[in-house]
Amino acid sequence: MSEASLLELKGIVKRFPGIVANDHVDFDLRRGEVHALLGENGAGKSTLMNVLYGLYHPDEGEIRVKGKAVSIHSPRDAIDLGIGMVHQHFMLIPVMTVAENIVLATEPTRAGILLDYDAAVARVEQIARTFKFVVDPRARVENIGVGQQQRVEILKALYRGADVLILDEPTAVLTPQEAKELFAILRTLTREGMSVVFISHKLNEVLGIADRITVLRRGKKIDTLPREGATSETLARLMVGREVLLRVEKKPAEPGEPLLRVAGLTVRDNRGLEAVRDVSFEVRTGEIVGLAGVDGNGQTELIDALTGLRKPAAGRIRVGDEDIAGANARHALDAGEGHIPEDRQLRGLVLEFSLAENLALHDYRHQPDSRFGWLFPRRLFNSARSLLREFDVRGGQPQTPASALSGGNQQKLVVAREVSRDPRVLVAAQPTRGLDVGAIEFVHQRLVEERDEGRAVLLVSLELDEILSLSDRILVIYEGRIVGEYGPDVSDEELGIAMTGGARKDAA
Amino acid sequence: MTEPVAPQEQGGFSGLGGFYERAGGVIVPIAAAAVAFLIGGLVVLITGHNPLTAYQAIFEGTGFNWPYRLLTGQDRSEAARDLQQTLVVATPLILTALAVAFAFRCGLFNIGGQGQYWLGFIGALLIGTHLHGLNRPMHVAVGILAGIVFGAFWGGIAGLLRATVGAHEVITTIMLNWIAIFGGQYLFELNGPLQGPIASLPRSEIIDDSAKLWSVWGDFQPLHAGIFIALAALVIYYVVLNRTTLGFEVRAVGFNPEAARYGGMPVRRSYFLALAISGGFAGLAGAVNVLGFKYSVDTSDFGSQVGFTGIAVALLGRNKAIGIFFASLLFAGLQTGTSTRQLDPDVFDPALATDLATMIQALVIFFVGAELLILYVWRARRYVGIRPRAREEPAL
Repeated sequence: MSEASLLELKGIVKRFPGIVANDHVDFDLRRGEVHALLGENGAGKSTLMNVLYGLYHPDEGEIRVKGKAVSIHSPRDAIDLGIGMVHQHFMLIPVMTVAENIVLATEPTRAGILLDYDAAVARVEQIARTFKFVVDPRARVENIGVGQQQRVEILKALYRGADVLILDEPTAVLTPQEAKELFAILRTLTREGMSVVFISHKLNEVLGIADRITVLRRGKKIDTLPREGATSETLARLMVGREVLLRVEKKPAEPGEPLLRVAGLTVRDNRGLEAVRDVSFEVRTGEIVGLAGVDGNGQTELIDALTGLRKPAAGRIRVGDEDIAGANARHALDAGEGHIPEDRQLRGLVLEFSLAENLALHDYRHQPDSRFGWLFPRRLFNSARSLLREFDVRGGQPQTPASALSGGNQQKLVVAREVSRDPRVLVAAQPTRGLDVGAIEFVHQRLVEERDEGRAVLLVSLELDEILSLSDRILVIYEGRIVGEYGPDVSDEELGIAMTGGARKDAA
Repeated sequence: MTEPVAPQEQGGFSGLGGFYERAGGVIVPIAAAAVAFLIGGLVVLITGHNPLTAYQAIFEGTGFNWPYRLLTGQDRSEAARDLQQTLVVATPLILTALAVAFAFRCGLFNIGGQGQYWLGFIGALLIGTHLHGLNRPMHVAVGILAGIVFGAFWGGIAGLLRATVGAHEVITTIMLNWIAIFGGQYLFELNGPLQGPIASLPRSEIIDDSAKLWSVWGDFQPLHAGIFIALAALVIYYVVLNRTTLGFEVRAVGFNPEAARYGGMPVRRSYFLALAISGGFAGLAGAVNVLGFKYSVDTSDFGSQVGFTGIAVALLGRNKAIGIFFASLLFAGLQTGTSTRQLDPDVFDPALATDLATMIQALVIFFVGAELLILYVWRARRYVGIRPRAREEPAL
């Protein structure tokens, strides 16, 4: 592109068996800019950046850094060229201190045998000062928050001399407050002349931080546009290739009788500590109640207890007139609960099972799936075929293993199973985690439909936007307690403050 | 949604892995066996023999040339005897392999086939020696049933321990093996409580004729009806796993116990049942051996490895019914083809041949096992320097 480009990718092609992950993609990065790489899951964003970082070798195309054609065969080469990458999952050693982790990365190329720890700390402090980071180099990584850990990762790249930072979905693990802090850091970095590639599929973030935005769709570059003038709607259309409803359209709720009633519920976590403390609430028919909270404030344990997967230490959980506290999952299912679990791969699906078998995961014991313990695979297939069509699950036949589906379609599969069982109460935990806009739209519409059909829906999500756009009432959980109840028109500031315990300053 | 599926959504590693899994399911065990025989051939060469003639002699010793001779109308009485022998050996191998495979499909590693085999053996033996006056079908049926029940009991102990206190089945089944072996020796040793009528022999009584399985082919050490029981067990194994709700639960638990629990399945009951059923298969192996051709037991018999060889058969057969059938033929053939009785010492010393058979077995297991290792390394290689990201993203 222009002379101002620090780094250029030209005509990058990367093929994997059966697919073209990057199809002649051009991308350039200018000094001091944040350039967002926007696209749905599987659009080829990560592949492109892995090419740049030396994890993949492109089949075609050229990489130029500071005007010179280079060939990058490994992350080592990338680092030598001043390119650093922060992955979504951090690669830090928990028992080591911040300074040790940062220095460790370059350890192999250094001569001496002994680590000069004080020098390491001093060096880290100096870099942190330069870029106005707040970190304690002597703190152990396992004792600091996720936001802090991410800063350590960024520092690690800076320490290695990076002037180009690639951040792969950096906000996925952060609270809204932490994300704001990250954005402040990124602005400081760009002011100091650093350049940032920001990979994301979240429109708001991209509009909030990027100077320029490149949209990828199905391996192809669709467009590069400046932030000025870009809107969520245009970006969503470029990303998905059609108009997308970003707002959930729904009628006002018409709540009826309380259906899910929780009273005095206390649940212990795996370590035996009280993760949920004396929680009481109700969900009525025909309403969506959102449970907002920062990850790790007892949501997981609460969901487990509600769905019969964990025995509560105290309290009552009733679905209609049936007490299901301390029962097993089957009892909760039979009482009329549906459960879209937090982690579809850990729990929601048997990845080796076919789509048909996964759809029958709860009801295999009953007619028409089986009779007297005898299973009828053909009936499983037939009912699966119509469900896959109804819920628009793509990429597989009833006999395809679930592992072959993309994340979005796996999630649709889970939603199809839970919704088609016609539950009275639907517990939806992180129902759109990792999904892209098209799939999110689908799941959201489906949840609203369920509400309108008179089910009681409990939505547990870490995404404030999701809570705000879907819920008719919002509960906030903090350190295992319900600390507030709000109407649907509450501001996200107000929720954010409640989610972090009101007066607490540092969310990290 | 009106948008067509992005091509990436169907590809990635999972798609490739899926293809590999389908092709590898057949190719890898065959390739493993081929390479094992190749290396075995090199060893034969080093000992100064011709590997081709040695292998030919071993092959003829298995009796697998019998169909050829049948078709060409050559004399086949010797081949028939050899094949009968091979099938008699294969029969319990099929069953002890099923004992490993069934538990494996539930995510459990049943090392206790040997002990469960002995329980079934002794159970059927007691019916054969201590229950009199039944007609033959009834006596055989009760003996078979006793073998299954005894084996299932032994497997069930490990299952119960796993389900209730979480004791790992590898540890408990190994311990139960030794209890069964030493307990069995104790029963039949000199002055043991169940020693037979000959005071100088550490041997049990011989079962009644009415308890003996029918011979179906041949006169001298004939093939007995146990082979049909083993074949039926293969079918039952397949049907239970794929056509019953119990099998559905067992497979779900084996693949992902957390998802099974979420699905409302009784995970711990599945652990118990899977090990009990596994024990039943191994117990059945013991029953067909004692009712089929052993008829009694000598304390020296307790060195048998049939339960352990079953692990190798299941591994090579990839826990599939059809795979186990062919793998059991291979392992049984290696055993009979290299036995002193079948192999001409001028072609290849039977003592060497037995070692060769053991070596080939070990190599087969090694290569089948290494395949998993290769796959693992290959998978890991892609992640060097990059930890798996959000797992829902195809690892492009």
